[in-house]
Amino acid sequence: MPDTANPIVELLGVSKQFELQGQRIDALRDAHLRVKKGEFVCLIGASGCGKSTLLRIVAGFEAPTRGKALMWSMPITGPGPERGMVFQDYGLFPWLTVRGNIGFGPAARGRPAAEVRDTVERFITLVGLQRFADAYPHQLSGGMKQRVAIARVLANDAEIVLMDEPFGALDAMTRERLQDELLEIWQRTGLTVLFVTHSIEEAIFLGDRIVVMSPGPGRIETEIAVELPRPRAVVAADFNDLRRDLSQRLHSHHSRKAA
Amino acid sequence: MTAAPAVATAPQSVAFFSRLRNPLLAVLFPGAVLVIWHFATYGQKFTLIPPPSDVGVALWDLAFGGINDDAYSRTLHIHLLASLSRVYGGFAIALAVALPLGLLIGRIALVRQVLDPTLQVLRPIPVTAWLPLAMIMFGLGPRSAFFLVCLGAFYPILINTIFGVRTVDARLFEAASMLGCTGTAQFFRVVLPASLPAIFTGLRLGLGFAWVVIVVGEMTGVQTGLGAIIMEARQLSRTEIVICGMIVIGVAGFISDRLVMLIGKRLLRWSPNFA
Repeated sequence: MPDTANPIVELLGVSKQFELQGQRIDALRDAHLRVKKGEFVCLIGASGCGKSTLLRIVAGFEAPTRGKALMWSMPITGPGPERGMVFQDYGLFPWLTVRGNIGFGPAARGRPAAEVRDTVERFITLVGLQRFADAYPHQLSGGMKQRVAIARVLANDAEIVLMDEPFGALDAMTRERLQDELLEIWQRTGLTVLFVTHSIEEAIFLGDRIVVMSPGPGRIETEIAVELPRPRAVVAADFNDLRRDLSQRLHSHHSRKAA
Repeated sequence: MTAAPAVATAPQSVAFFSRLRNPLLAVLFPGAVLVIWHFATYGQKFTLIPPPSDVGVALWDLAFGGINDDAYSRTLHIHLLASLSRVYGGFAIALAVALPLGLLIGRIALVRQVLDPTLQVLRPIPVTAWLPLAMIMFGLGPRSAFFLVCLGAFYPILINTIFGVRTVDARLFEAASMLGCTGTAQFFRVVLPASLPAIFTGLRLGLGFAWVVIVVGEMTGVQTGLGAIIMEARQLSRTEIVICGMIVIGVAGFISDRLVMLIGKRLLRWSPNFA
């Protein structure tokens, strides 16, 4: 049973190794992480730090080589609708309209057609795509596509949303708008979010907590609780202090690696 | 060519000409060929190729009669119908076999390992090479024709279906499975729609090939069909009938391809490559 005292997602000593051309790569080494229900956790780090691997293990796309990945204290054995994933490249079904994409999960899980229709309308409204309900993905802008991708995991009763640099391919204006919208949805629905980014600013703006990761081998370096009041202003002095602090931590890993 | 000065004086005629531009350009080359053909053959005493006007007359007689009143007069509809039924019949059989087979080969490794090597070795064998064997297996007549047309349409459909299934973006499987669509359900909700554009390309090529091999298919001793009259007229030195048969095959194949494209555009509205 879901219990607010228990973490919704928990990683216990999770490691992941890949074989690449006969070489063993430590994508992630001995990661421990607890995500509480309703929390917004950002994973940040340079490329190769294992942040995407960690997310894909929680999603169930990859199995850990060692350690345990749990959801509500139960082992994660594969992908499932309670863990919705939002990809950087959207991963929308090009043959389905906005409606069809948002309704894909409920329909595939055998929900009655009338219920699917209601759900779809509700989430189209939530992400403000009423005018584009019957458009196909190739007709949409990147920001609209990502709204559809978010709506489709929410429409499918995801308890935790896993986001893999979801706004990385968008222009700055669209990115800021979607960050605001995402926070609004998060606050309104009590969702849990695990959010991978390489932008320090984005992590501070969004996260309750920032997990700092570093490469070679990929590992969790430290965790920082962000206690700035919301809504956060990127120009505020304490925002800047945190940004400088984080930047130094990320930078020090680089120099240590180089040394 | 000189549209620029006309813009100022008569915009309506410019619009008229711009609408006619493509059809005009399309008939430019065949028109030139006709003219050259005419002057190369018309009035010549010993020419093996009849002038275009003779072919036109023969085509009219073939379709409506009333000119030559010979064995070919007013028989076009019989031959056209016979060929159409073989092209679409053979194509339908090819589709019924190649599509499920392609889906299985593309999706299931064991089926691929068992069947793919054999199919790849059989593939380079031209349809013409199958002709003698087809006549032994299926006898003289329409059944051999069906078989050969079917063979011609089979590989384009099979190869493109396999390609379509094998190239479905892996991301879409991840997206489907995290939304709760797993196992065989993915086949109908992801694999089939995602490979539809490639399958459709296969259908189009397959139907084209069915038209290409119709003449070979009708060399199997059938009495009717466009291929049959081409081969028969050749033996009778009725070259104008041979050319009529060629023209009708070209036009029918072209129309049939256009129809398939129309269906495809409607079915694949979602695909940026078709819309």
